[in-house]
This record gives sequence, C-alpha cells and structure tokens, in this order.
Amino acid sequence: MAHSETHVEGTNYLNCQKGIWSWMTTLDHKRISLMYLFTISFFFFFGGLAALVVRTELFAAGAQFLTPKQYNNFFTIHGVVMVFLFIVPGIPAVMGNFLLPLMIGAKDVAFPRLNLLSYYIYLIGAAMAVISLMPIESLPFINQSFSDWLVHTAGLGGPVDTGWTFYAPYSLAKSGTHSAVIWMTGAAFVLGFSSILTGLNFIVTVHKLRAPGMTWGRLPVFVWATYATAIIQTLATPVVGISLLLVIMERVFGVGIFDPTLGGDPILYSHLFWFYSHPVVYIMVLPAFGVVGEILPVFSRKPIFGYKMVCGATFGIALIGFVVWAHHMFVSIGDTAAYVFSFLTFFVAVPTAVKVFNWVSTMYKGSISFNTPMLYAMAFVFLFMIAGTTGIYLATLAVDVFYHDTYFVVAHFHYTMQGGAVIGLIAALHFWFPKMTGKMYNETVSKITFVLVFVGFNLTFLPQFVLGMKGMPRRYFDYTGLENFDLLQTLHATSTIGAYINALGYFLALVNLLYFFVFGKTKAPANPFNSLSLEWQTQSPPIHENFAETPIVTEWTYGYGTKKEA
Amino acid sequence: MSNPTISNAIESGPPHVHHMDAPTAYHAAKLGMWLFLATEVLLFGGLFTAFALYRYVYFAEFQTASVNLDWRMGALNTAFLIFSSFTAALAVDAAQHGNNAKVRRNVLITLFCGFVFLIVKYFEYKSKVHYGLFPYAVKGFENFLFTGSLFLAIGASGVVIFTHNAKLRLPTILASIALVVSFYFLKHTIATIEFDLANLFPFGHAHHPKDVWEFNGPEFNAAYKSYFGLYYCMTGLHALHVILGMGILFWVYLKALNNRFSPNYYTPVELGALYWHLVDLIWIYLFPLLYLVG
Amino acid sequence: MSNEHKHDNQDVESHDHELGHIVPFKIYVTIFSSLIGLTILTVVVAKAPIFHFGNSINLVIAMLLASVKASLVSLFFMHLKYENPITWMYVFFPIFLLFIMMAGVFIDNPMRTLP
Repeated sequence: MAHSETHVEGTNYLNCQKGIWSWMTTLDHKRISLMYLFTISFFFFFGGLAALVVRTELFAAGAQFLTPKQYNNFFTIHGVVMVFLFIVPGIPAVMGNFLLPLMIGAKDVAFPRLNLLSYYIYLIGAAMAVISLMPIESLPFINQSFSDWLVHTAGLGGPVDTGWTFYAPYSLAKSGTHSAVIWMTGAAFVLGFSSILTGLNFIVTVHKLRAPGMTWGRLPVFVWATYATAIIQTLATPVVGISLLLVIMERVFGVGIFDPTLGGDPILYSHLFWFYSHPVVYIMVLPAFGVVGEILPVFSRKPIFGYKMVCGATFGIALIGFVVWAHHMFVSIGDTAAYVFSFLTFFVAVPTAVKVFNWVSTMYKGSISFNTPMLYAMAFVFLFMIAGTTGIYLATLAVDVFYHDTYFVVAHFHYTMQGGAVIGLIAALHFWFPKMTGKMYNETVSKITFVLVFVGFNLTFLPQFVLGMKGMPRRYFDYTGLENFDLLQTLHATSTIGAYINALGYFLALVNLLYFFVFGKTKAPANPFNSLSLEWQTQSPPIHENFAETPIVTEWTYGYGTKKEA
Repeated sequence: MSNPTISNAIESGPPHVHHMDAPTAYHAAKLGMWLFLATEVLLFGGLFTAFALYRYVYFAEFQTASVNLDWRMGALNTAFLIFSSFTAALAVDAAQHGNNAKVRRNVLITLFCGFVFLIVKYFEYKSKVHYGLFPYAVKGFENFLFTGSLFLAIGASGVVIFTHNAKLRLPTILASIALVVSFYFLKHTIATIEFDLANLFPFGHAHHPKDVWEFNGPEFNAAYKSYFGLYYCMTGLHALHVILGMGILFWVYLKALNNRFSPNYYTPVELGALYWHLVDLIWIYLFPLLYLVG
Repeated sequence: MSNEHKHDNQDVESHDHELGHIVPFKIYVTIFSSLIGLTILTVVVAKAPIFHFGNSINLVIAMLLASVKASLVSLFFMHLKYENPITWMYVFFPIFLLFIMMAGVFIDNPMRTLP
C-alpha cells in the first residue's frame, strides 16, 4: 500500500494520491466521506425535484399536470430517496466518517476496508432504487418483448406507489398496476446493510481507537451523538431488514406473514417497520444535535452548558426511541397498546428539552459572532423547538387520532427532518468546510442563501400545520370540495411558493460551497474559527494520516473563555 | 495490510495494520464481530416475534401443523450442529496454541457437519414439496441443486483467488468445474434419492396427510399457510447463514493451509468460529420451537 | 510502523494488550457433553407423555432448556465469560430489545378487538 510513512510537506489527503482509481479504492475515511457527500447531494436534488413536482401539482385544486397514479409515484419517490438515500447516510456517513477519527485523534476508523465496502453497498442499493424507479412500459427505446420480460419476470415496471413505508396491504398487492416493490424493498434492505456496517465501524472506532488521554468524559458531543446514532444504526436496522425481506418472500413465494388472505396480520408489518423507522428518525437527527453542540460553543466562546447532561440526554433519546414506535400507528392498534405507547412517547420530550435548554444556556451571555454556521445552528434550535412541541401534540393519543394522516404530521415531520437533520447537515458543511477542503467560502453569499433557506422553509411548512388542523389529509391528489376549501387553496399555494424559495436556497448554498471548493482562492488556516477541538489542531485539509504525531489529550474539549484562550 | 511482495511467503505474525497495534486490532475485530452477531440476533428476532404472535393467534393449527415436521431429522441436525460448534471451538483452541494442522482438521470436521446439516435439510424440504406443503409451485428441484452447486463452486474459487494462494488456484478452479459438470450430469439421479429417518427408526410418527392438505385446497387454511410460511423463512434464512458460515470457515481453512496462525495471530479463526456458534445458537432455539412444541 | 500509539485510557479496555483467553480442553468436552445431554432432555420432555404438562408449560420448559444451552455455547465456546463489559452489554442489549419488540406486539394484537 502507498501509505507513506514519511509525510511530504505540502501534501494532504486530497492530493497525496492522484486519479479516479485512487479515489475508488481509497481506504481513507476522509475521502470516503467526500464520496458519500457527492452521492447524497445528487440524491438530495433528485428527491427535492420530486417534492417540487408534488408541490406544483398541489398549487391549485384539481388535476394540474399529473395523473393520480403519477402523483402517488412522485411522493413515494420523494420519501424513499430522501429517507433511505439521503438523510440516513447523511450526517453519519458524511460528517461522522470525516470527523469521528479526527475528533478522537485516530488515524482512521477501526475497519477501513469495511468502510469502503459500506460505501459500495450503499451504491448498489442506490442503483437498485434508481432501477426500480424506471417507468419501463413508457420508455420509448425498449422493445415490447424485452419490456414484457422486465415487467413480468424481473419484477420491474414503474416507480413504487406505496409511500415510503411500504405498508403491508399496498406493498403486497399484485393485481392492477405493476410496480417494482421487490426492487425497492430490496434496495432498502441493501442500504440498511450499508448503514449497519457503518454503525458497527463507528462503535468499534470509539471504543478502541481513542488517542491517549481522550477519556469518555473528554469526548466532543458530536462523538457522543455519533456513537448513540451508531448503536441505533446497528441494532434497529436488522429489524426493518427482516420485515422487508419478508415482504419480498411474500411477493415471490406467496408465504403468508403479512397478507391477511394468507393468515397474516398487516399490523405486524407496521410494528416491525416502525420498530426500525422510529429509531431511524434519531439516526437522522441525533448527529445534527451533535453538530449544533459543536458549533454553538465555538461561536459563543463559552463552554458547552451541562456537558454531562447533553451526553446523557443523547443516550436517553436513543434508548427511549426504541420503546415508542407504535405511536405511528395509534389509529390501527388496540386501545391498551395505544395508551401504553402514548404514555411512553411523552418521555422522549424530557431529554430533548434538556438538550434545547443546554443549547440556549450555552449561548446565554456568550460573545456571539454570527457566522453562517452559527446562523444555521441557531435556526436549528428555533426550528427544532417547533418540531418538538408539535411532537407533543402527536404523542397525545386523543389529539393524534384527529391529526393522524393530515398535513399536521407532514409539517411536524419536515420540521424535525428538514429543520433538524438537513439544516444540521448544511451547518456542518459550512462549519467544517475549511477543514474538509482547505478553502474558505464567501460569507455574504452564504448568508443570503441562509435567509432563502430559512424563509422558504417556514413559508413551506408553517402553512401545513394550519392545513392539517383544518382537516387536509396527507397524500391527497386533489382537495376540491373539501371543507374550508378557500383557506386550503391559499395555504397550499403559499406552501408551494415557499417550497420553490426553499429549493433555490439549498441549491445556491451547495453550489456556493462547490464553487469555492473547486475555484476558491483563499486558503483556509488550520483553525479559522479558533476552536479547541482536536480536528482543528491538524492542518487544513488534514494529511493522509490525520495527525503528524499521535496527539495526547490533556484537557476537556470545551474550555472556551477559560485559561486556554489567550 | 501485508506487503504484496511477501504475501505469498509463509508468515505467522499478525498482518500489519497502519493505524493500530496488533492486540488492539484483535480486540477491535472481535468487538466488531460481536456487534454483527447482535444484528443477526435482531434479524432473526423479527421472525421469532412473528412466530410467537401467530403461535398465539393460531394456537391449535400450529400444533397440528408442527406434527408434519419430523423431529428426528431436527434432532439429528441439532446433534450435528452442536458437534460442529464443538470442533469450531477446538479449532480456535488449536490456533491459540499455534497448531495449524489441528486447526485444519477441526475446521474440516466443522465444514463436513455443516454440509451434512444442509443435506438433511434438503431431504426435509424435498419431502415437504412432495407432500404439497410448500406454498409455491416448485418445479425441477434438480435445477435448484445445479444452481446451488454453481454458486458454491464460484464462491470457493473466488475465495481462493482472493487469498492470493498461487499453489491452490488451479486445483480449486479445476475442482469447481468438475463439481459443476458432475452435478449437471448427475442432477436427475441425485434428485431421485430418498432419505427418511422414519425408515431407519420406525418409532414415533410423522404423518404427511397428503390427500387432505393440498396447499391451496380448502382444508389448508390461512393458519397452516402462516405456519409453513414461517417455517420456510426461518429455516431458509438459517440455512443461508449455514452456507455463509461455511464460506467463512473455508477461507479460514485456506489460511491455515498457509500456516498463518500462531499464538500471536488467530483473529480469522476466532471470528469464523464466533459466526458459526451463532448459527448453532439460532438452531438451538429453532429446533424445539418448530419441531417439538409447535 | 513500530511507533504505534498506545491506548492508556484507564477504563474497561485497559487489558487490551493481550489476546484472548485460553480455555482448558476439558471444559470444551464437558460443555459439549452437557449440550448433547440437554438436547436429549429437551426431546424427552417434549415427546414423552409423562412430561406433558400442557402446551404453554412445555413451551416455557423447552425455551428455558434452549436458553441454558445457548448460555453454555456463548459463555464457553464463544469465550463470552472472559470478555469485557462492553461485549456483555452488546450481547444483552439486543436481547432486551427483542423482548421489548415482542412485548409491544403482544400488548397490541391479543388485546385488540377485531371487527
């Protein structure tokens, strides 16, 4: 291998080896992180376009330019691509891969080959998902007999229209329209495998590769968050793996597990699915908590408030997240179970509130500078508070029965996922951009894109809370003739306009970063934001081995405003 | 990360990893394997949950349906798997003492037991298909056999080529071709072989009420379909793990052929054995659940 | 390559500088014979008419015996007995989750009133 023992001056992980092949076979966690970043960004725009198609259709009542079937396809594409291809690998695989070894002072993750393998497994899963989205029967360049073979033998034939949850009666239906459920669930299974291997790698890395002196009490909160995420990734994903595998078995062999006509219980599918898919929202949002926990102290020049509580709350959320899954199914499960799960769900609010309190207290009386990452982090705290409090509404059994399957749920979900996970990812990309690329970006442009994202996001999803409260059901193709029609019309139109602004904001933000990555002239110093954590103590971008010498940690990461700062 | 120029030489130290020392690498690999086993427990956990629920809901039907499984076949397979687990543990012990010949011997016995397990399983499935207890029309079981041997041969050749053992490359490829060709010509003959423990041990009674229970007939109601669906999913997934475990142990065997193991380095034997023990553990629960208490 | 960093963290991984524990051969043989014995016991309890206490009780007995066997395999064949607390945690936490999953399913379906 070409791991140079002697470090050549002026080289870094980006230029130490040249050529596509050196990237494709790299075992360097930093390069793998960048490969993930480019892949998930592609799928982010792909899923975003599907969302814009859905929003455009809903701009006015009545059919605009889609058929109801195509509408179902598009919201399913949006959900599947965003959840399985973008957010789940989002912060853990991109930021976790890049930062985890750097933050604990290791040279790499514990199993570099496994890390590369997870990336390729992710690519295989992504390819399966993309193949399953092809509308085979309407492709002009495929002849009739080949198209028949693809549809009837290979199980392809058009995007899935089950929604991203693949709920049992929909995903098992064989009659009528063809759709590539087998391929899509297979893709989700493969992507889950990639997620498991990444999580496993991170857990072992944190246990075995911490630098001398990097005790558990000195770990940055991002490492704690990534570790908690990794536990969920490793232990929750197999359950969805088996439930998707059973759906495939059921479609291929006709065994009766979930199909009521074959003696199955479709609600069991929902149980197994949500046993993964509720913890999975913490896979998405916990690393974002970690990111915010890193950004706020740096730009407030204050130690993080209640470090132990922050780390404990991270684990509290991860653990409680395992016992609340059935609150997604309040209207389909029995009464006893609904009471129990409603009761348990309230407990998630406690550690979450602890975290919000700690973030706000970290900023309190700090000397805050409003750089772009800080703006995103503060937006995160604000948006996540709305997301959390509306979550309480949905945890309450009586209220949820009313709000179930309305736009209120859609809005709540997007406030947590987009206002939480995506804003967290964008904040992280801005904050660690100098470290990852060795360049600086233009602050003014970044701030403009921030305003677009923030305004666009709220314009899209605040009206959706009202839509839900006024009784607009989710996943409806048309809302002509519903109660409060005029109000619904106005709110839908507002939401669509907001979606366009939001999309423009994200597009400009990422193009801005990409432009300065490729063409940027300003070289970044090793530590432009004057952070104390370990990844900033090596050069920007880091050398292939991360640190010229193994660092020895003697202090806590968050000593801002204390003796260490001159 | 061994140096390519010396990778064919016989060496018995741990491979050099650039980012951690050897004992850390050993413990990291073992923790990683335990975590992977944890995911396997939860993977099968979904199936166990489904089984528990349907056994509760369709209590009487599950009792009746489970009689169709021959517990003697299950017990035989349990014994084989426990013995193979024992030899796998002995292989680790041998590697810890640096005795590569003993590692090879124990791994071969383990592989043999795994193979016997699969053969017994094959005859069980075959009898179920014969009595119409399989939920899907399977025609040409012999083609299934042929495809299986093809994958086995490709996998084995792949493992040998992947381990860079120049001495073994040609013999393995030839043996693989011979295996595939002989299976192709003998598949019809093999498919006619019958094996039923009831002929050897005529006590107990596993009845196959062929004329009553056509799978899609009116008597064979949804509950029975549930039972057999779960039976095939659970044992099928387990059999897949047996095959994967055999693949890993075969790779360990090839390393032992190169005398790669020493008291300082035996990580692959330990990891392969851990995986194999998990296969045994799952079966320890599957056997009473499916064959004995229903 | 010789200058690898050492892990001097004073926590559970502090004994990481040696490899795994060597179990005496006699223990392996004992465990193997107990496993075979327990398998025979499982079959006898399930099949012999005098041990028929009712389906639920027999299920519990069978699962308990299986758990004893599984513990023997994991403790001695898999060397779990000599592993550090981290490994123990990652053995028990998934099993705990499995029980949570079953509990969640069982407080729903059997107590659900179907139309």
